[in-house]
Amino acid sequence: MIKQNISYTKSQLCVLLALRFLVGWHILYEGISKVLNPQWSSYSFLNESQWILSGISKWIISNPNILMLVDAVNIWTLILVGAFLILGFLFKPSAIIGSLLLLTYYLNAPPLLGLEYSIPMDGSNLIVNKTLIESVVLVLLVLFPTNKVFGIDYFIFRKTVKD
Amino acid sequence: MDKQGNESNHSKKNNKDVSLDDMNLGSKSISRRNMLKALAGVPVAGLLGFNLWRKIDFDKEKELRTLKELGLHELQNQKTYCHKVGEAHITIGIIGFGNRGRALAQGLGFLHPKEIEKRKKNNTFKSLEQQGDLNVSIVGICDVFDLHAQRGLETANSNLWHKSNHSVKRYLTYQEMLSDKDIDAVIIATPDHHHARMAIDAIKAGKHVYLEKTIAHTEDELNELYDVVKNSNVVFQLGHQITQSTTFKQAKEIIDKGVLGKITLVEATTNRNTPEGAWIRHLDSNGNPKPGNEDEIDWKQWLGQTPYVPFSIDRFYNWTKWFAYDTGMIGQLFTHEFDAVNQLLRIGIPKTVSSSGGIYYWKDNREIPDSLHCILEYPDRDLTMLYSANLASSRKRGRVFMGHDASMELGNTIRIMIDNNSTRYKSSIQKGLIDTSSPVISFDPNVGQIDALTSATAKYYADRGLTNTVINGKEVDVTHLHLREWLTCIRENRMPSSNIDIGYEIGITSLMAHRSYIEKRQVSWDEKNKRIV
Repeated sequence: MIKQNISYTKSQLCVLLALRFLVGWHILYEGISKVLNPQWSSYSFLNESQWILSGISKWIISNPNILMLVDAVNIWTLILVGAFLILGFLFKPSAIIGSLLLLTYYLNAPPLLGLEYSIPMDGSNLIVNKTLIESVVLVLLVLFPTNKVFGIDYFIFRKTVKD
Repeated sequence: MDKQGNESNHSKKNNKDVSLDDMNLGSKSISRRNMLKALAGVPVAGLLGFNLWRKIDFDKEKELRTLKELGLHELQNQKTYCHKVGEAHITIGIIGFGNRGRALAQGLGFLHPKEIEKRKKNNTFKSLEQQGDLNVSIVGICDVFDLHAQRGLETANSNLWHKSNHSVKRYLTYQEMLSDKDIDAVIIATPDHHHARMAIDAIKAGKHVYLEKTIAHTEDELNELYDVVKNSNVVFQLGHQITQSTTFKQAKEIIDKGVLGKITLVEATTNRNTPEGAWIRHLDSNGNPKPGNEDEIDWKQWLGQTPYVPFSIDRFYNWTKWFAYDTGMIGQLFTHEFDAVNQLLRIGIPKTVSSSGGIYYWKDNREIPDSLHCILEYPDRDLTMLYSANLASSRKRGRVFMGHDASMELGNTIRIMIDNNSTRYKSSIQKGLIDTSSPVISFDPNVGQIDALTSATAKYYADRGLTNTVINGKEVDVTHLHLREWLTCIRENRMPSSNIDIGYEIGITSLMAHRSYIEKRQVSWDEKNKRIV
């Protein structure tokens, strides 16, 4: 069980904060880059979906309106989660949502034996890829929080405790 | 981690520890120190924002520099798509209401009620709504097949925009339709062996004509049609709609600006690998023959001037397979490829054409080849056009314009690769300003603007090809645009893009390619006597 009275060594704190900022940065920029690129659509990615989520992905791309909605939700989730991770605002729900989003990406295109994708993947992967690792990192950041001191959540939780 | 972890153990704290418990969560006032700590993420966000701004600036500058380098920084924006049409109401008769007839009716804004329902259900109705009302009525349908004619009548009564004030009539022969004074214009979408004769008769009857390709089945017919159109006041449009696509217009501008340098070779291809694509279309999805028998089909009229053969459902649906009715891939597919190249480069009729090929895969009763290759030579233009078609492999080979300085692949998108040995871009390549390993420009009509230096992933998204084009973010059927242009030209007495001169060039070139295949020799164009020799 996590309590507020956790203590870290300075180096542990530094690494946790760095990890939080780096993951937040990455996720935020992923979202922003999609806003900046009007060509972007999740179509190609979902079209490649091969594992347990392939059914729902095919359904999404078969319907232009649903696809547009999914694209918008995806982009803005990335932006909000990324920004909130950096700022330490509503940190816990943001990190959990971010972790689930990344897990969804992973489950759509896991590098499993026998599954091949025509879109080039980043690096060489077998079962584990960077998306899965980043998803787990977000869970780790929830378990080792820094937001209530080094984050806007400080103002929220300060009041809660005070009252 | 295991030493500290999530365990709250105050006794383990020493001076170097930073306790999150010490942060005065319960204190009444916020100290400056805590405030600063709480806002630790703000400078990180600021840093990202600053770098983002720099990146956007950098990308813009790099893109502009590349476009300037290529001389493309002042590309015209595409014309806007305006919903306004002329006030004059035009009455139309459609001759031939098979698949293509239906597509053309749809382009005019007429769709069978069942089809409307189906499209609304699967959410594909929206693109039709972009079309807008063309202020026309379909008042006559002529088809030798009762079933098609009936469908035509039901479709003609179902306009997307307005209730028709005109009644729709079925004509048993096209001559009957042409003698009807209430019809202003006709669309001809029959099998190819009827095209030229019907068009000639229609023009003589004073009707404006939209003729599906191919324009003519013989040289004599083509010459007659050419003369008849030239001596008339009607507006003639050939059904080669590729020029209406936004991508095509952009490609024309790129070529006109000389970005590719001297173009000496153009390669166009057809790559299909299905029975449907090889014109085996007389069976339904369950493998049963499609409807139609001699009682419902006026077979004699369908055969027209061609030699008599007993009724055959195979011939009725798959007429492309026989030379009596069509020239196969030349008539159906090469014409589109040639039209695209011709309208971009204005190459006209080639000096010589050599065709070869054979029936290598679909060994049924067909006469037309399923593997066909045509070489068109333009010595006066220092240019060769290659056309290679195969009906037993769908590997994409694209349509490529090869210039000394760059090559352009033109499909639903445009991709330009700078040549490694280009003279014009030599210094830019050496300075690293231009990368020759990936497309330097790609144009996606979904965006409507030139996008230099696209990322590898962006290129994948650009591949979603449709028969529709996008104008100002709106998806529009190119057939609709081609029909719209024809109607506008009728109202304003102007010349459409696929006019008789263009049609003549396509017609002669196709007939040259066909004759070369049949006669197994190279054929030439006698410019002086206007004859194929």
